[in-house]
Amino acid sequence: MGIIEAKNLVFEYIRRDEEGNVEGITRAIDDIDIDIKQGDFVAILGHNGSGKSTLAKHMNAIHYPTEGTVWVDGKDTSDDANLWDIRQEAGMVFQNPDNQIIGQVVEEDVGFGPENLGVPTAEIWQRVDESLKAVGMYEFRKHSPNKLSGGQKQRVSIAGVIAMHPKCIVLDEPTAMLDPNGRKEVIRAVRALNDVERITIILITHYMEEIIHADKVFVMDKGKIAMEGTPREIFSQVEKLKELRLDVPQVTLLAHELRKSGLDIPKGILTCEELAAALGLPKNK
Amino acid sequence: MLRDITLGQYYQTDSVIHRLDPRVKLVTTICFIVSLFVVDNFIGYLIAGVFLAVVIKLSKVPLKYMLRGMKSIVFLLLIAVVFNLFLTPGEAVVTFWKIKITMEGIRQAVFMAIRLVFLIIGSSVMTLTTTPNNLTDGMEKLLGPLKIFKVPVHEIAMMMSIALRFIPILLEETDKIMKAQIARGADFESGNLIKKAKSLVPLLVPLFISAFRRANDLAMAMEARCYRGGEHRTKMKPLIYKKRDGLAYGVVVCYLTLCIVVGRGFI
Repeated sequence: MGIIEAKNLVFEYIRRDEEGNVEGITRAIDDIDIDIKQGDFVAILGHNGSGKSTLAKHMNAIHYPTEGTVWVDGKDTSDDANLWDIRQEAGMVFQNPDNQIIGQVVEEDVGFGPENLGVPTAEIWQRVDESLKAVGMYEFRKHSPNKLSGGQKQRVSIAGVIAMHPKCIVLDEPTAMLDPNGRKEVIRAVRALNDVERITIILITHYMEEIIHADKVFVMDKGKIAMEGTPREIFSQVEKLKELRLDVPQVTLLAHELRKSGLDIPKGILTCEELAAALGLPKNK
Repeated sequence: MLRDITLGQYYQTDSVIHRLDPRVKLVTTICFIVSLFVVDNFIGYLIAGVFLAVVIKLSKVPLKYMLRGMKSIVFLLLIAVVFNLFLTPGEAVVTFWKIKITMEGIRQAVFMAIRLVFLIIGSSVMTLTTTPNNLTDGMEKLLGPLKIFKVPVHEIAMMMSIALRFIPILLEETDKIMKAQIARGADFESGNLIKKAKSLVPLLVPLFISAFRRANDLAMAMEARCYRGGEHRTKMKPLIYKKRDGLAYGVVVCYLTLCIVVGRGFI
């Protein structure tokens, strides 16, 4: 069993009218099985309304399954006794950086999680310093979060999660509100955590460029897992991705079109360098 | 721009007063205000004045920052002085037509003016030398004993500090919505008071919706980071009394005693 496992997971949003009568039921997650290994970098893709955020919220016990079970590190999320352990082990970073920073000073925000866990003061400081260094925000520790850029704020949020010493971090579209530079910053920080600290990363996104380094990719559609595999396996099926209304990275698309028009290049090209090599071009800058 | 506004009126510098525990400053401010109302002779006010002057000198905050708060109370001050001057009964010093100014009236008016001025300056010394954050912490600690009466002290402090964190964000949001509505032809400037108030509706409705959405997001983020109220919680920056805080308490006690003894005319 991996760090996160879901079996026959079903989740339904129930809409009620003003008197509390059930108006309609939306099945956001429809019978999903998922198993995530410790230390992996997993990406979950899907267009709006595919159920990917709902799935993420199950990994932190914010939502409970309507049917089926989710285990985080072997603990059932629907058991209230496990609630705080699960939330400590599976940290969560949300989309809007402004709405998840609680402290008025960067270091105080990072200390918020450990404070809640009842960590002794001296250790809180140690954890805060470590976490801020891990995301490269140490020199901003005395700043007000309001004066940081979006990418910096998101890195502070990530530091706030790391300070709780989680086993995995679930990032729910952390880059959706950022500019391209901020996106790069955040993804670089996340990858470093995965490489150096071996923290399991579950990245939910709809930017294809962010997932090429993932160990495993899940593509969601209408509450089901539509595709599953390594980035290369996923991106070699350009037509299917288009059916699911997802874009592929530009290089992959170019390689796909070239292949279709008869050039002999392999499937699933992910980077410019690979394409250049496949075309037999000399290596240059 | 709006993000640069400073909340409260904290003046950043390093001084003994800045470094004092916020609890000491809160208690001192309360004692100082009490002393102002206990005292009823000139020597008493002289002591209060000297005390205030020494604290201001120690705080290294320029005097003009202290006096800034005075602008808002000039009107109130004037009313208090005028009422005391003309309406205190007693032996008349000057009389013309139906109005008479009495010796007691002059005395009352002067005392009232001194009281108000010292009160405002005294409390601005506190807000100028303590960050809002620190003040909230101090209040939480000071009001701690109220927990036995089921007063949600920690929750109140948490609400205050979240409010402080979100004020600049909501201000910026207001600015954004305002511009968006102006671009759609909204008019916030012209018309009489009622029309102006009505024109705020398209500003306030989106602002409230957004504030609620933010509150919802924040609550989820706090829960995801294991927030479960004040119990079992440790502090990253706990308030611990140092030697200087004890000393400060000593000074305050001496000051208050002196004020009561001298200011009440026991000597």
